[in-house]
Amino acid sequence: MSLDSILLVEDDKINALAFKKGLGRIVSDVELIVVETAENAINYLRNEDKIPCLIVLDLHLPKMNGIEFLNIIKNDISLKGIPVIVLTTSGNPQDKINCFNLQVAGYFVKPLDYFELIEAIFNYWKKSEFIHPIKVNHL
Amino acid sequence: MKNNRPILLVEDDKIDAMTIKRAMGDLKITNRLVHVYNGIEALEYLKKLDSEKPCIILLDLNMPKMNGIELLKILKSDTSLKKLPVVVLTTSNAEKDKTESFNLSIAGYMLKPVDYKQFVDVIKDINLYWTISEIPD
Repeated sequence: MSLDSILLVEDDKINALAFKKGLGRIVSDVELIVVETAENAINYLRNEDKIPCLIVLDLHLPKMNGIEFLNIIKNDISLKGIPVIVLTTSGNPQDKINCFNLQVAGYFVKPLDYFELIEAIFNYWKKSEFIHPIKVNHL
Repeated sequence: MKNNRPILLVEDDKIDAMTIKRAMGDLKITNRLVHVYNGIEALEYLKKLDSEKPCIILLDLNMPKMNGIELLKILKSDTSLKKLPVVVLTTSNAEKDKTESFNLSIAGYMLKPVDYKQFVDVIKDINLYWTISEIPD
């Protein structure tokens, strides 16, 4: 299957809006789900029947941060198959290393031209195939 | 690409490898293309001390000796190699291949287009993506 849904984990409403606008210029018929915290993202992923094709993650989030989120996702057998890309203002080399060791599928430092960035990211992902990971029940 | 390190292409089909090389030339991508023919040769390259570490790996799945999935399993359980981004470039549209690849944390699963122009487009988008994205050192 091709890209049909994205989970954006972003606490900044203005960034989320810009993302939505940029995305709309590149792809149509892609469902965008926005959550403001990593906790909400995990709740969403564990409770919804439909799992998104792709997760777009900000690193600086209130309470649980992006790296902690990645640690949970990549150790969860039913969620680890979802590619996660990082969109962050952090040029911190340690963040970058941690993220790639946690198997991110791209790490983008803002601010680049935001629309150009979104265009390059989704021209790539709209050419990719995706799976719907099989969910296992959490006790 | 973000840096000048080589692209490691793991591909047993000589014609596909030539197509990728030609597309890179047409797109003026200056990264060197290191071409190996199967997973065993890829590991030999990656483990050799004097090999230049690649920026990304382009991986075919159906290959003799050691196939793409077998190679991915080894790469992703190796602490120094697991961080390398791997983009699958294959003709396999099988669900099983997609599922196994994504569960091994690939960074994209592209079907090889038959048409050369579309092939160039895929390589162009891969190049731009990994130019804008950071790449592990």
